[in-house]
Amino acid sequence: MDLSNRTVWAYRRENGRVGVRNYVAILPLDDISNAACEAVAAHIQGTIALPHAYGRLQFGEDLELHFRTMIGTGANPNVAACIVIGIEPAWTEQVVAGIAKTGKPVAGFWIEGNGDIATVAAASRKAKEFVHLASEQVRVECPLGDVWVAAKCGESDTTTGLASCPTVGNMYDKLVPLGLYGCFGETSELTGAEHLAAARAATPEIREKFMRTWTAYQRDVIEAHKTSDLSDSQPTKGNIAGGLTTIEEKALGNLEKIGKKTRFIDVLEPAEAPQRGRGLYFMDTSSAAAECCTLQAAAGYVVHVFPTGQGNVIGNPIMPVIKISGNPRTVRVMSEHIDLDVSGVVRRELTIDQAGDRLIDCIVRTANGRYTCAEALGHREFVMTKLYRSA
Amino acid sequence: MANIPHLLIHDRRDNVGVVVVEGLTAGTDMLCVVTEDNSERRATCNQDVPIGHKIALQDLAVGDTVIKYGEDIGRVVAPIRKGDHVHTHNLKTKRW
Repeated sequence: MDLSNRTVWAYRRENGRVGVRNYVAILPLDDISNAACEAVAAHIQGTIALPHAYGRLQFGEDLELHFRTMIGTGANPNVAACIVIGIEPAWTEQVVAGIAKTGKPVAGFWIEGNGDIATVAAASRKAKEFVHLASEQVRVECPLGDVWVAAKCGESDTTTGLASCPTVGNMYDKLVPLGLYGCFGETSELTGAEHLAAARAATPEIREKFMRTWTAYQRDVIEAHKTSDLSDSQPTKGNIAGGLTTIEEKALGNLEKIGKKTRFIDVLEPAEAPQRGRGLYFMDTSSAAAECCTLQAAAGYVVHVFPTGQGNVIGNPIMPVIKISGNPRTVRVMSEHIDLDVSGVVRRELTIDQAGDRLIDCIVRTANGRYTCAEALGHREFVMTKLYRSA
Repeated sequence: MANIPHLLIHDRRDNVGVVVVEGLTAGTDMLCVVTEDNSERRATCNQDVPIGHKIALQDLAVGDTVIKYGEDIGRVVAPIRKGDHVHTHNLKTKRW
């Protein structure tokens, strides 16, 4: 398949980035502004509220991550315009200023001194204006390589490493050379395959950076907080039911997502936007699906490919999540969640190369506007990563 | 249907394979395929084993290393015979 001239119909944003969805997002700065955001979204059609649990009394690195996630989410090219509502003006305006750097329409509102009702009224008027602007945007033809595609797997089993993860890897091996931005993460879940992941770094410097990140996660998160060998959490109960026994086995399957030859060109902080140009990136993330997807969307990724064995049902409010499964039982009993069935791989009826081509087709159709299963089913999991307790 | 494998093996060095059919019953003469080179072999499973679960390709003693993808996936903690179900009851992580 010649992919070099493959295009998608998508939205070219003010900063040149390509978006595949056209949301007017109503973004709460903090937990106590969720109600106002949901009221605006209920009132003005064509908007989407993004409620979440945090944003108060955070500090230090954790606060920086909160701002990076908020700003990155509003800045994502799948968002045409954004309303930010916070309890007070200072942090609200900081997030508005960050999103405004993209050139897209954005406005902030705060509740203190105004109350929910007046804030919702003012924000609704602006949201209505944004909906008119967004709904007049038209899709234009864009190179497939301009679509940023992130990956993460969930409720994995042994078929993940045999079929669905190698399918994603085959896609990256074909599209990254054409200029695609890719991303994988799940720091803890590379344990047992960290030596193989490190060997795929593009340079010795990036290899060192990867090993520092992986080692710090082991030391500061796992070793600092564990009460057992994690065999009740990682692998998950679902992983174990699906036949995965140890973290090493799970990690080796997970790493199949980066293919046979693609090398990663940088290690990103959680929610950090890529800075080194086109290529595959590793991001330091939790292995929990909603947290990882939220961070990748905040870094600017617009399509997600998600291999699952036992049937993780994850979605994201602003980034379409494509589910791929190679488990014949899962594609039968959970068919409404699976966008791409690659169970032919385990029957030896479908090669990984053919499965990779099917995934590329699925990415193109999704980018052109086709709803994923998770979108059709209303999955909007938006989960902030929190590094430690608030002050 | 005859050429659909019961068991897939990632790498020739592996001492376990993965069941890829539903309802595998004890005593089945399994078609096993090594995915890296499509080579075939046959083996018999000793128990009913669910889809996705592993079966030993050789006898393994306590302390031995289980190999999958050609890599170390943990240590044997109870004796395993060729054809046995390999899972949390006889294999443990070496990490954490």
